[in-house]
Amino acid sequence: MAGMDKRILVARRVAQELKDGEVVNLGIGLPTLVANYLPQGIAIILHSENGFLGIGTEPEWGEEDKDLINAGGKSVTILPNGSCFDSAMSFSIIRGGHVDVTVLGALEVDEKGNLANWMVPGKKVTGMGGAMDLVTGAKKVIIAMEHVNKDGSPKIVKECTIPLTAQGEVDLIVTDLAVIAVQSDGLHLLEIGEGTTVGEVVSSTGASLILPQDGIPVYRREGSK
Amino acid sequence: MAEICTVKEAVRNISDGMSIMIGGFLNVGTPENLIQALVEKGVKDLTIISNDTGFVGKGIGKLQDHKQIAKVYTSYVEGHPAYGQCMDSGEVEVILVPQGTLAEQIRAAGAGLGGVLTPTGVGTVAAQGKQEVMIHDKTYLMELALSADVAFIKAYQADTSGNLVYRRCARNFNPIMATAAKLVIAEVEEIVPVGTIDPDHVITPGIFVDFIVKGDIEYGRNG
Repeated sequence: MAGMDKRILVARRVAQELKDGEVVNLGIGLPTLVANYLPQGIAIILHSENGFLGIGTEPEWGEEDKDLINAGGKSVTILPNGSCFDSAMSFSIIRGGHVDVTVLGALEVDEKGNLANWMVPGKKVTGMGGAMDLVTGAKKVIIAMEHVNKDGSPKIVKECTIPLTAQGEVDLIVTDLAVIAVQSDGLHLLEIGEGTTVGEVVSSTGASLILPQDGIPVYRREGSK
Repeated sequence: MAEICTVKEAVRNISDGMSIMIGGFLNVGTPENLIQALVEKGVKDLTIISNDTGFVGKGIGKLQDHKQIAKVYTSYVEGHPAYGQCMDSGEVEVILVPQGTLAEQIRAAGAGLGGVLTPTGVGTVAAQGKQEVMIHDKTYLMELALSADVAFIKAYQADTSGNLVYRRCARNFNPIMATAAKLVIAEVEEIVPVGTIDPDHVITPGIFVDFIVKGDIEYGRNG
């Protein structure tokens, strides 16, 4: 599957996790795509950690507001029911458990729900921004990513080897190959993506997976079942 | 009582080695004219407290371009490539702080608190050297209040007594920084007569602001 198709597959599947009216913070990159694939009748309230609720669509060319960007620095719009606030309030919303779901990428995630997504030793340091607060504070943490690294090595591992973003906070992992729930007894394989097999998922994962008793559901890139 | 002055007058008393909080998030809500005045003044060895370190040639990044920074407390340095090398060489001491923790440390200083307890960073490198406190079976990090000699903030409007309103997400760190420094300088786009801003709409009360300057040059995000 091509890169963009994989991203759509992941975004569409993550979107199905979101419930009407939930407050959601989407990370930069693949997670941002999730908003494009919400099932019909589901409206969410997007939180932007730089200080507002109600992220709207991209502005028309020439209609950009110099005072309105998302947390990745891209020009955005704000919905009529949106609200603006300072950074202390923004992170009160995050840490205080008022964000229902955050969707973020990962460099590594392990079977205890530990997440590493902000720093690769030996590479240029960028800073954690708001990621540590989001992963610690959001009620539900969904990781949206490709299942393996470019070299084919697993991103889902027994124990993270690079500096953590937060400890034991990940709830669900959605990749181009599988949907995996992090529970106290380990990683549960819930579904597989179209075009793969349970065997491929198991061999592409660096931690043990608890397999379902019966058949396994398949999720698809297109909306149809 | 806030005093209206020029950008140059506002930075008159800023000297080498001072700590300065600067508002803004990826150059939105950043007091560009005040930063430019600081570049022209050439003060050095500054400690900067800011959400991010800006971009090359823009915003807070200009202070790094001119090597005016000795130490920085920030959550994000990606926009400015110099930091990777500076951190390795020790040329600039970079203290990376989770964004919500940074906001809360500043707020604590302005609110007269010694610090805050946050769950953010437990079990990560952000916990190194910090005291952990257990409350109701949950671990928190003790994060101390962070104040500064000066705060540079950017608002949309000031009235002549210094009451400030902000626009959209240009608010970010500005209102909390206005409470946490000894000297507060607000760069604004418009100065309006008292009575123009409804008291219910004031975000930063004028008592926090020492100097108001009107930014002569309008910098966009890419300016």
